[in-house]
Amino acid sequence: MNTAVKELDELVGREYKEGFVTDIEAETLPPGLDESVIRFLSGKKSEPDFILQWRLAAFDRWKAMECPEWAHVHYNPIDFQAISYYSAPKRDEDRPKSLDEIDPKLLETYNKLGIPLEEQKALAGIAVDVVFDSVSVATTFKDKLAEIGVIFCPLSEAMANHPELVREYLGSVVPPSDNFYAGLNSAVFTEGSFVYVPKGVRCPMELSTYFRINALNTGQFERTLIIADEGSYVSYLEGCTAPMRDENQLHAAVVELVALKDAQIKYSTVQNWYPGDEEGRGGIYNFVTKRGACRGDNAKISWTQVETGSAITWKYPSVLLEGNHSTGEFYSVALTNNCQQADTGTKMVHIGEHTSSTIISKGISAGRGQNAYRGLVKVLKSAKQARNYSQCDSLLMGDRCGAHTFPYIEVKNPTATIEHEATTSKIGEDQLFYCRQRGLSEEDAVSMIVNGFCKEVFRELPMEFAVEAQKLLGISLEGAVG
Amino acid sequence: MLKISDLKVTVDGKAILNGLSLDVGPGEVHAIMGPNGSGKSTLANVIAGRDGYEVTSGSVSFMGNDLLSMAPEDRAREGVFLAFQYPVEIPGVANIALLKEGLNAARRHRGEPELDALDFLKLVREKLKLVEMKEEFLSRSVNEGFSGGEKKRNEIFQMAVLEPSLAVLDETDSGLDIDALKTVAGGVNALRSEDRSIILVTHYQRLLDYIVPDKVHVLAQGKIVRSGDKRLALDLEERGYGWIDTAADAATA
Amino acid sequence: MSAMESHAAPYVEAQQAQARELPGAGVAALDRSRSEALEILGERGLPSQRDEDWKYTSIKPITRSRFSPAVSGVDCSEDFIAGSAIENLDAWQLVFADGFHLPHRSKTNGLPEGVQVAGLAEALTRDPGPIVDRLGSAVGKMPHGFAAMNSAFVGDGALVEVAPGVQLEKPIELLFVSGCSGEGFLSLPRNLVILGEGSQCSIIERHISFGAERSLSNSLTEIILDKNATLNYCCAQDQAERTFHVGGLFARLAHSAKLKATTVTVGKAWVRNDARVDLDAEGAHANLDGAYLAFGRCHVDNHTHISHNAPECTSRECYKGVLGDRGHAVFHGRIVVQPNAQKTDSEQSNQNLLLSADAQIDTKPQLEIYADDVKCAHGATVGQMDEAALFYLVSRGVDRETARRMLTQAFAAEILETVTPLALQSYLASHVSGRLSPAVPPGAAA
Repeated sequence: MNTAVKELDELVGREYKEGFVTDIEAETLPPGLDESVIRFLSGKKSEPDFILQWRLAAFDRWKAMECPEWAHVHYNPIDFQAISYYSAPKRDEDRPKSLDEIDPKLLETYNKLGIPLEEQKALAGIAVDVVFDSVSVATTFKDKLAEIGVIFCPLSEAMANHPELVREYLGSVVPPSDNFYAGLNSAVFTEGSFVYVPKGVRCPMELSTYFRINALNTGQFERTLIIADEGSYVSYLEGCTAPMRDENQLHAAVVELVALKDAQIKYSTVQNWYPGDEEGRGGIYNFVTKRGACRGDNAKISWTQVETGSAITWKYPSVLLEGNHSTGEFYSVALTNNCQQADTGTKMVHIGEHTSSTIISKGISAGRGQNAYRGLVKVLKSAKQARNYSQCDSLLMGDRCGAHTFPYIEVKNPTATIEHEATTSKIGEDQLFYCRQRGLSEEDAVSMIVNGFCKEVFRELPMEFAVEAQKLLGISLEGAVG
Repeated sequence: MLKISDLKVTVDGKAILNGLSLDVGPGEVHAIMGPNGSGKSTLANVIAGRDGYEVTSGSVSFMGNDLLSMAPEDRAREGVFLAFQYPVEIPGVANIALLKEGLNAARRHRGEPELDALDFLKLVREKLKLVEMKEEFLSRSVNEGFSGGEKKRNEIFQMAVLEPSLAVLDETDSGLDIDALKTVAGGVNALRSEDRSIILVTHYQRLLDYIVPDKVHVLAQGKIVRSGDKRLALDLEERGYGWIDTAADAATA
Repeated sequence: MSAMESHAAPYVEAQQAQARELPGAGVAALDRSRSEALEILGERGLPSQRDEDWKYTSIKPITRSRFSPAVSGVDCSEDFIAGSAIENLDAWQLVFADGFHLPHRSKTNGLPEGVQVAGLAEALTRDPGPIVDRLGSAVGKMPHGFAAMNSAFVGDGALVEVAPGVQLEKPIELLFVSGCSGEGFLSLPRNLVILGEGSQCSIIERHISFGAERSLSNSLTEIILDKNATLNYCCAQDQAERTFHVGGLFARLAHSAKLKATTVTVGKAWVRNDARVDLDAEGAHANLDGAYLAFGRCHVDNHTHISHNAPECTSRECYKGVLGDRGHAVFHGRIVVQPNAQKTDSEQSNQNLLLSADAQIDTKPQLEIYADDVKCAHGATVGQMDEAALFYLVSRGVDRETARRMLTQAFAAEILETVTPLALQSYLASHVSGRLSPAVPPGAAA
């Protein structure tokens, strides 16, 4: 196990016992969105004026934008005036009193993932006596990082302490005008992480929002900005394997990555938001914009994602390959069961010379799940000798699910070499029987075969994340066959 | 150990086994021989519980239990092992992962504690020697990219690890060159024991030069038409299968 | 929206002006289907790049000036037809000038009993009943304004009907010559091919230009294959630079019917093809292939859609393109497996060879699968000449230019070699090689 994460886990564990308590100012905005809401949000964090102006400009543009409808997903229109854009954490009396009030299925999942009882309570939104204080964990962590010059802090803090970095890079990869949800996020983002790795520094630990509980209230309009300066390296983990209850149905996050010359960013996600029940009631709409820019020669950005949660997932972690010899990678596992819908993939835009990209996508559809891969490989005229290899495989379980592949390939330079392959097939009866003959139950056999199908992606994940992801896949597929 | 009585099996409505009876005692090695299409593989698959075979009458009892009512994984946990004629490739699933899962499932079934990673590794390393396989086989995906001979050796290796009470080897000799055949046979012989029965399903007598059976049965048109000792196999080699069909026809008439 | 409407408006007006003179006018079902199509054309207008299916193809070159629908009575000289014949091809032939059947130029004598090869207008006038029911049945939902336009004007074209059990030993060639009426005319041929149970035939649909006149050819072919029928169909497109061709191919296959359809685009025209194949009953098989060249400032867009609507159908699709100069090619292949279509087996591939710095390819293979027991695969590649192969040929003494041409031809040959009859295959091969050696225009070599 990675030592950094281990230490973190220990820290997290200790805090429970010691029990820090924080005071939270209770304040909630009524539903609705106008300029005053944005001024309130900005004021709440005492943001510099340029951020407020940026938000307001984004809001202006957003008002003229239309909600996209091209994705292969179906849902009722969202009323953006019915959402409250700022709500303080729930008060104890509004929360469930004990685990008895929680959906037993959720608890079963927690037990299978081996989550401690106290954590289960917190995840389920129960008022726990011990209030977890994330700030002190982060502080301990931050001191270590500060020694080598790495900045890892909430975005609001970065705005106050490092405005020059924020001003230079915020919105430089995903401009507010990029798409409808990115526009909305730019206007109303509440919190998120900021990372800056200085020249030549190899960040010694996986940076992570992987505090199971801490991640709970990061809000529905998260914004992450990661900058890797020349020759640096950073690996960032986002997400949580435990299915979290969340009152916010719409999540519209933005993640921006900037890798300068010779820098490398590895960004891994395990997304397991509440998918809704078997009939498709409830569940999170996860509409995320994630994009990285390789701004210098030999830069590399690698996205790895395991998407098992949410009712609807709509995300395309992308890479702009601007520097010569820069590299983009996208490794994805997306699973849809019951009534889940996923439309996910990537965009690789080849701009510099000798740029290369790799896309490995594994889609698994079960139940009535609809799973679409949508990808764009674009080779601009300037991108001499660009290369792309894409492989998209789909596995089907059950006769009511769907698997769809929509790759777009646009090539304007004749020296490009592009290969795209895709296959779709049913889970192998012969494979299932073979495993069962060796003594595995049908469910274990399915889980094992599916995990094998995803191996190329899992091996890109940091070790302990990969183990959890495998477990998660097994749990998410329960009842899919038989 | 295994008692099959008057077993009748159809596939897609077509009768394949027509009243087959067979009694295999503990520690015995039986060879089942017969021409193509005589029902040899069907018998192996029915014992292991593969879908698509309809048992229309008869019974199969294994150590006193009704085998036919059990799920394939329960049969495996009870100690029934099938060495597949065509071992399937499972991309991304390591050989060792499958075996560990299978072995521990059987141990749980028997109420024994699971083996931890270290003990398990020790066990499989030892068993690898039996079939002269390199340790890298453990981490490779199940049968993926294996040569025909490697696949067959892998089957015997799995048998060695799972230590079944009844092993059915379905055409394990097919497609093997002489060296590989000797290795596989050596592995099987090493696994012979008083409390383990083995059924060798084969088309050729060649395998029986290396694994000497206690009994030989000839299967034709879905039933056993002749039983004897190993000399029967030699007879077959000399005279071919032609006379068997005549015998089967005579038996039916 | 208003811009789109205005592009369609002149055509809507033109249709209204001549609706009463269209063949079979007054037949209620026909009048109705024409006016429904007209309504769609008026409402939806002509496609724009905002439509996902037209993302990479702009129709601006077409809408720059309006085209007038050609009127019957136009002719095409015997010499021209003889001069553009496919060498050594022994076939029955219908000839069309700007979409109108020319009976005096056609050769249909000796057709076996139970086979009808005729002009559609003539058939509609003579006995519309049996035709009207089938007309439009393979199109289904109107894919875009051009198909609606064709359906609103539906009049002349070819009717091929083969009775059950009949097997034709000779192919039927449908030759369409556009630009016969002069500058700025629109032709709207509509072809209906009906093969009865167990029948077999080969059809060549060939499009050429009369001269250098600017013309728009909006052609639509419907194919209806009954049980066990087998159709070998090839569409050869070899039009001139100022010709715009919008082609539709819509096929419906019944139980165990087999279709092989190959579309070869070798001309200099602006081309957009839509092919849709519905596999409606078990055992149906479709082979949908294509080869396209895009040189000069050519634009070639192939949109295909195979829908597996029943279990146990198979489809194979392979499109290959060679792009040079400022050529722009688009491929969009869609395979849909409907919920009940278990045991579907489908493969699709699109391969492109880019020969020049200014060529552009946009390719979009697409699988939509709603059944679980299926085997589907698709692939797309974009690449250049294999340098190792090139070096091999050069090292054997072949000059570089010839070596390049040989390899390019070999690339396209995978598709062309499956085309029958052989006379057509060699015709296409020689046109491909002609296009690949720009210094020597086709025919000039001798």
